Amino acid sequence: MSLQIISIILGSLTLATALLVVLSKHPVRSVIYLVVTFFLITSMYIMMNAQFLAIVNMIVYAGAIMVLFLFVLMLLNLNKEIEPVNTRTAQFTALIAGGSLLLILITALKDTLILGESFRQKNEQIGLVKELGNLLFTKYVVAFEITSILFIAAMVGAILLAKREKQIIE
Amino acid sequence: MSIGTSLDFFLFVAIALFAIGAIGAMTRKNMIVLLMCIELMLNAVNLMLVTFSTYYGNGDAQIFVFFTMVVAAAEATVGLSIIIMAYRNLKSIDIDMYNQLKN
Repeated sequence: MSLQIISIILGSLTLATALLVVLSKHPVRSVIYLVVTFFLITSMYIMMNAQFLAIVNMIVYAGAIMVLFLFVLMLLNLNKEIEPVNTRTAQFTALIAGGSLLLILITALKDTLILGESFRQKNEQIGLVKELGNLLFTKYVVAFEITSILFIAAMVGAILLAKREKQIIE
Repeated sequence: MSIGTSLDFFLFVAIALFAIGAIGAMTRKNMIVLLMCIELMLNAVNLMLVTFSTYYGNGDAQIFVFFTMVVAAAEATVGLSIIIMAYRNLKSIDIDMYNQLKN
């Protein structure tokens, strides 16, 4: 009973902060609300006993990526006056499109839903670091190594993109 | 049983998060907020994958979520540096200005 109340509170808080990300006019506030959303999603991972992903989500998303977003926002020196706003018609159209997407997804998943299944799973060990590490370094070791190439490409690309303009100006 | 303790509650939260992210990506014109909405949609999909992984008792989906996070980190880095580069040229963050990227 108390778990039910906790999960309902967490779920509604997640949706509320996600809505605030979209609705708030100031981009910095959006970033802060997004950090809160990521922390709430982390709490859901913990409730499903996916401990490794909970920690990774907290460190990578709420830590690294969001700090990167905040740094770029500070770098760009935005304010409320130059914040671009869509027209009312475009916003209304987007709302209708998104609402129909929500309806279609719910209708599509309604029949496959696992109604009444408790989130205490059969095999409680799968989310732990030991089990996932076993999988990662045996079955998925090739993909894991290719990831390093992806990161080198992303690093080189980011440095190149952010630097090239300065040389042209000089 | 009750709605809160069942796994489909997490599925509904994930679906709603995805829809909110999609609405945000269509509504906002600020380039950085657009990238943030894409991150929100990625997180919704991650939540759904973890839910199904929990249900089937299989760890493969959680490895997939891990790789999704890795790709999202790389994507955010490159996307933000593209935004910085375009802001230097255009002095704007409006996506409607970004149709001039070809020159």
